[in-house]
Amino acid sequence: MPGLIGKKIGMTSIFNSDGELIPVTVIKVGPCKVINIRSAKVHGYEAVQLGFGSKKEKNINKPLLGYYKKNNMSPFALLKEFKGFDTSDMKIGDEIKADFFKEGETIKVKGKSIGKGFQGVMKRHGFSGVGGSTHGQSDRQRAPGSIGQSSSPSRVLKGMKMGGRMGNTNFTILNLKVVKVDSEENILMVKGAVPGSVNSIIELLKN
Amino acid sequence: MVDLNKILPEQIKNDLPHFRGGDHIKVHVRVIEGNKERIQAFEGDVISIRGAGINRTFTVRKISSGVGVERIFRLNSPKIAKIELLKQGDVRRAKLFYLRGLSGKAARIKSKKS
Repeated sequence: MPGLIGKKIGMTSIFNSDGELIPVTVIKVGPCKVINIRSAKVHGYEAVQLGFGSKKEKNINKPLLGYYKKNNMSPFALLKEFKGFDTSDMKIGDEIKADFFKEGETIKVKGKSIGKGFQGVMKRHGFSGVGGSTHGQSDRQRAPGSIGQSSSPSRVLKGMKMGGRMGNTNFTILNLKVVKVDSEENILMVKGAVPGSVNSIIELLKN
Repeated sequence: MVDLNKILPEQIKNDLPHFRGGDHIKVHVRVIEGNKERIQAFEGDVISIRGAGINRTFTVRKISSGVGVERIFRLNSPKIAKIELLKQGDVRRAKLFYLRGLSGKAARIKSKKS
């Protein structure tokens, strides 16, 4: 589905028309440049390749630099292909701005969540711990409890929820409402939170 | 880097009177009933102002038929039509939560000598 690439700026709140304070995430959206248009005739599928941000020339390899130079562009921080765009009147070098999204519509936001490191079962899977702190119990307050049966099956079943690395995975948040679009500054506000830390790069997709 | 506080400056009100903890104010609140809108006033002493930017709130305390009533308002809320500063109080603290434990004459706030 068509979308744009953006950068999370942070969260704040704004008053809506009913006078209620609602939490919003501020996202710098684009401007995304059209770098390449994939067509069914040449490539076998329809898509638009968009670039976002900027990168120093010394930090990219020569084949990729040549790819940008072919269209007289400076290197981008991120390249991404999006399907579902109407490519009929689109050409290489076009800029797509934040007003691609309209106020009031709902969008999907894709991003990488903040890495939490090695976490126990309570934080990672929402377990409630085992016991209390009295009656002789010790070190059981955040424990997972039993992880299986005895000599049959005499192993731990696959997929058992245990402690481990949490976060730093891709998430898609569905149906986030666009509260405000500033096409001059290319700033978008959506209601609620989006994955990732401040300054992390996210994808915004039309529903 | 974009400054979050500068993104929506039009939502921060500048036309309200400056008041502090201990001041006696009257807050005119827009109340929507069905499709009619009317103004309701809440009069009392400011006992706390907290937060910054769009999140700034203040607490107004009054004694209503013998019962203490406190209401927290968002300073920048469009529901606040007007704020009247009626009396400036002479207090030594920014937060006047100690008034909750006092009643009658002891719970009065001295007026500031101008």
